Amino acid sequence: MNAFFVWMTVAKIVAFVLFILTGGALMVWVERRLSAMMQDRVGPHRANLGRFRLWGLIHILADGLKMMVKEDFIPRRADRLLHALAPILAFFPVVVTFAVVPFGPTLDFAHLGAVNHEGPLFSGPWATTLQVATIDVGLLFVLAIAGTGVVGAVLAGAASDNRFSLLGSLRAASQMISYEVTLGASLVGCILVFGTLRIEQMVLWQHQHVWGILVQPLAFLLFLVAGIAESKRVPFDLPEGESEIVAGYFLEYSGMKFAMFFLGELMEIVVLAILLTVFFLGGWDVPFLFADGLHVDLPFLDTWVWNWPHGVVVLVQLLGFTVKVGAMVFLQMALRWTLPRFRYDQLMDLGWKVLLPLSLGNIAVTAVVLAALR
Amino acid sequence: MEEYREEELVLPADPMVLNMGPSHPAMHGTVRCVLRLDGEQVVDCDVQIGYLHRGFEKECEAGTWTQVFPYTDRLNYASPLLNNIGYALAVEKLLGITVPPRCQYLRVILGEVARICDHCVCNAAMAMELGAFTVFLYLVKAREWLFELLEEVTGARVTHSFCRIGGLRHDLPEGFDERLRAALQKTLAAVEDSEKLLLRNRVFMDRTMDVGAISPERALAYGWTGPCLRSTGVAYDVRKIHPYLVYDQFDFDIPVGSRGDNYDRFVVRLEEIRQSARIIDQALRRLPDGPIAVPDDLGVILPDKLQTYTTIERTIQHFKIVTEGIQVPAGEVYSYTEAANGELGFYIVSTGGGRPHKCRVRPPCFANLQALPELVRGRLLPDIIPTFGSINMIGGECDR
Repeated sequence: MNAFFVWMTVAKIVAFVLFILTGGALMVWVERRLSAMMQDRVGPHRANLGRFRLWGLIHILADGLKMMVKEDFIPRRADRLLHALAPILAFFPVVVTFAVVPFGPTLDFAHLGAVNHEGPLFSGPWATTLQVATIDVGLLFVLAIAGTGVVGAVLAGAASDNRFSLLGSLRAASQMISYEVTLGASLVGCILVFGTLRIEQMVLWQHQHVWGILVQPLAFLLFLVAGIAESKRVPFDLPEGESEIVAGYFLEYSGMKFAMFFLGELMEIVVLAILLTVFFLGGWDVPFLFADGLHVDLPFLDTWVWNWPHGVVVLVQLLGFTVKVGAMVFLQMALRWTLPRFRYDQLMDLGWKVLLPLSLGNIAVTAVVLAALR
Repeated sequence: MEEYREEELVLPADPMVLNMGPSHPAMHGTVRCVLRLDGEQVVDCDVQIGYLHRGFEKECEAGTWTQVFPYTDRLNYASPLLNNIGYALAVEKLLGITVPPRCQYLRVILGEVARICDHCVCNAAMAMELGAFTVFLYLVKAREWLFELLEEVTGARVTHSFCRIGGLRHDLPEGFDERLRAALQKTLAAVEDSEKLLLRNRVFMDRTMDVGAISPERALAYGWTGPCLRSTGVAYDVRKIHPYLVYDQFDFDIPVGSRGDNYDRFVVRLEEIRQSARIIDQALRRLPDGPIAVPDDLGVILPDKLQTYTTIERTIQHFKIVTEGIQVPAGEVYSYTEAANGELGFYIVSTGGGRPHKCRVRPPCFANLQALPELVRGRLLPDIIPTFGSINMIGGECDR
């Protein structure tokens, strides 16, 4: 472990945390503008700094300022410690999930301008992976961390001394635990196909073969549905269902504590989009783009190769990753503003009677097909 | 091994009492439901109304017959014109006068516009309470186009106070019918959009079908009227069964449901928007020329301004109507019309003179709301929301 590795890790952590926080705040803006577009409205655009309005981006600053100066209200009979702890516990897992996600392939600072013939993942004195932590159990880490998300929601409802909050946290607990089963089971097919738990290797497999969505289409849908349920958004927003239980488990929160729930939920959209991209849409893989440049290899045509410098390739791949994540975010937002909300029993039926059998069937079929192909 | 009885193995649990409202997003701030919940299941639901009680009926006795109009605006504030018309017809019945044809047609047109607004808002709110916020905005936008037109005619967006006993305040502005036709076309397009988003949507169907269902017998026993009753399959519409104004001259259908559940109530309202549009279209085509109020000689309507300022008879008449009120002969009358929520009845008593002796309102949603506990008992907490929404309880009308 040399000094370069340590400094790069620190730099990556700082960059990622900044990315997450601005990304979460940006999501507020995206959500507002996108829903406004879908609903034939203008959306918020009035906040300004002098003459600058920046298409409503200033509203993020205004919101942040408002959240910080708002009274931090705690109900008289609430459990003060747990009430304060809950938003942290809800916010934490969302941020931590980012640590194991590869945003791009290996970047070598020594050879930014040269053509890379070594392949996307390699090691070298000035090389660094575009991922905070490369760990053996990357996928298990994601699932484990996602599983802790429910704790914050449950504690928030239990500590608030409010019956609507209590109902919300009960709903959150049963919903998240039910859908976590599917969330994990739908990925088993991917593990079987990719043959690894390391997320960067999963992306590499897709880079070398085909995208996960083509070999595991059903798992993609199951993971998408279970993921939206985990992030507690329409049609799965029962734990907060504003017209039923007012705001559910975070009803008694205000100011920055509320903002942590709010931002956490919006960042979960990004997390889900990133996970979908990494597991099913080839991560940083851009079609026809390899470590040494473009290889256009179509049937009935001559193979056409155009070598690009290493730095440009990585940049394009990072861009490709961002575009895919953006598309997945858009998909989730469009769903959110189109569908009505489930009812509690229907949600449980869907989770246990439809999604879980499908995901188990998907595992069985995948295993049989893989064994037959071997 | 010890033997246990079944109930000993169950942990003791009491139903949770939950106060839903009046400050609850789905309760409009005007009603409170005290729920006893077993988990999410509603064991019992106690509906407490009266948060918007203003003493409407008593206040009517304090002013002249004409001064009641602003109060009626605030009955069903989602469709104030229909209340205006209902009250005007009641007093006219007692007076024994009939308004000129043009006025009758205008009342039909404006009343149906108000009905479309009301149904749009009701269905929009129900969709929003189910989480479909986009549909809410589509339908409320449609209402906005119609509200702009109503504002153009009456000068107010909500509290129109546009009817007068014996006529209307104004005639239509220039070019109104083209603008109304255009707005209706856009409204029907918005209705179609929301139908596409919801009616075949699995989530919406599961949430509303067979939820809050009621049999026609029970509905009639509760005194249900309007779209809620029609959703159970009873084709009762005052406009058809006991026609008033010129409704007997129009060709329109009464949409009915079959199950009497939330889905049927939603669909019946959407279909009624189409039927109202049909009526408006026919009425605009046949709209006769002529006066919009009864002649000045009857002493019911305020006389022409020019004559008021130039002749002593009309000056005195104007003065008398404003200070003493219209002279309504002694007697009592019950007059009922089809408002947006059902049969809106006015039972008025006059002892002669310029003020009502008694003005009792038969609000449709008061009767409809009675059934809410029966509709939601044994169902889940989230089912209360669309059921309450589809009954369309309007505080102003229910509590008066």
